[in-house]
Amino acid sequence: MTQEEIISKINEFLVDEFEVDAEKIVPTANLRETLDLDSLDYVDLVVIIESNFGFKVVAEDFINIHTFQDFYDYVNRKVAEKATA
Amino acid sequence: MNNRVVITGLGIWSCLGKNLEEVKHSLYTGKSGIGMDMERKAWGYRSGLTGIVEAPQLKGLLDRRARVGLSEEAEYAYMATIEAMKNAKMEMDWVEKNEVGILYGNDSSAKAVSEAIDTIRAKKDTTLLGSGSIFQSMNCTVTMNLSTIFKLKGINFTISAACASGSHSIGLGYLMIKWGLQKHVICGGAQEVNPFAFGSFDGLSAFSIRENDPTKASRPFDRDRDGLVPSGGAATVILEDYESAVKRGAPILAEVIGYGFSSNGDHISNSNVDGQVRSLHMALNGAGVKAADIDYINAHATSTPGGDRTEAQAIDMVFGESKPLVSSTKSMTGHECWMAGASEIVYSMLMMQNNFVAPNINFENPDEASAKLNIAAKTTEKNIDMFLSNSFGFGGTNSSLIVKKIK
Repeated sequence: MTQEEIISKINEFLVDEFEVDAEKIVPTANLRETLDLDSLDYVDLVVIIESNFGFKVVAEDFINIHTFQDFYDYVNRKVAEKATA
Repeated sequence: MNNRVVITGLGIWSCLGKNLEEVKHSLYTGKSGIGMDMERKAWGYRSGLTGIVEAPQLKGLLDRRARVGLSEEAEYAYMATIEAMKNAKMEMDWVEKNEVGILYGNDSSAKAVSEAIDTIRAKKDTTLLGSGSIFQSMNCTVTMNLSTIFKLKGINFTISAACASGSHSIGLGYLMIKWGLQKHVICGGAQEVNPFAFGSFDGLSAFSIRENDPTKASRPFDRDRDGLVPSGGAATVILEDYESAVKRGAPILAEVIGYGFSSNGDHISNSNVDGQVRSLHMALNGAGVKAADIDYINAHATSTPGGDRTEAQAIDMVFGESKPLVSSTKSMTGHECWMAGASEIVYSMLMMQNNFVAPNINFENPDEASAKLNIAAKTTEKNIDMFLSNSFGFGGTNSSLIVKKIK
């Protein structure tokens, strides 16, 4: 899966799951504020990532994820780690 | 305190229809909501018969956070409640500024619980249950979700009393208002409809196996009945104290005047004439009316050989002289279990408002006990001033409600 494919897939499920306008999802925007995430929503985000990319996010990983770009980079890195594992 | 308690709103989502208008038509025409679920046969069920209940489409009606916590039965309850609140002219801004309570009957959330356990076993990771699982899995799934969605500030809990849950919820709402503890209470009952919920019930051979003719399978009081048909959905009945309802300009649909209850103190699944008769007498005495004042009885009769016989005997003991019309709407709906006590108030209200008694379909030949009752086998045009609704459940819990037309 290319980076572009991963980003496209992420945007698709975020729009679908969190019912946010696609135009609001830009790399520099804040993930939590844009998606209006509360602590319960983060649990659902873990579930979606697992079902789409097959790896488990630990809650602490979210500490360093602020923007959508952070999120894309994180998923890219984990997918790459999984491929080489 | 002895406040008058009135019904100001009704809502329904059942195998007979997705709103009051559809359900009224089904009741009048004697249309059955029963069909086959082949998934149950694949799971090893003796019977695949079930009420066929449509899944509500909530996307666009409710935001994501509200939706993820809703179990199947809570989705039905949401649909029934928005209809009831609309009919009661209860706008959200009014609800937020007043003390509105909720008492709803529900006694399982088997699908949510089973799916959660399956996920844990498969994934070995509880986080992957997602955020909504706990709010779907608890018996109070309906009240915890609806109280949040509708921002309710009054009493808030679930009544679990087997197949009398919905009826007791209305009875307790009635007492709360009568005694001045609440002014507005959303009551009702909800029941999931899926293979997770009914396996053990099927295993007890409680279900009809007349699978070759599903609409004929539920036949309460008929000599040739062979068991009940499981069903479900949700029904909402909004109760208010009369003075408050008039003050806010709510439609006054009818008055709840009696609530009888009892426990058999006997067998866990077999019914008992004495317990039912005590419940009926308590309802009549509390209402201050005579047996002859009741125009129609909506029977609990589920189409099981033993249960129907016991109820026929109990009704005959109390109403043997006046012989009011009796029908079991379960002949059309199947047994809506935790929801039934509430839905049958809605069905009976539709009859009272439209001057008919819905038929006890499939009643072709009486047995010795049902021959003594005045059973409406066909739709009967009739003015109903007062009706009584019975609900009985496992563990010997009995509930009888009496509702009177407002004149």
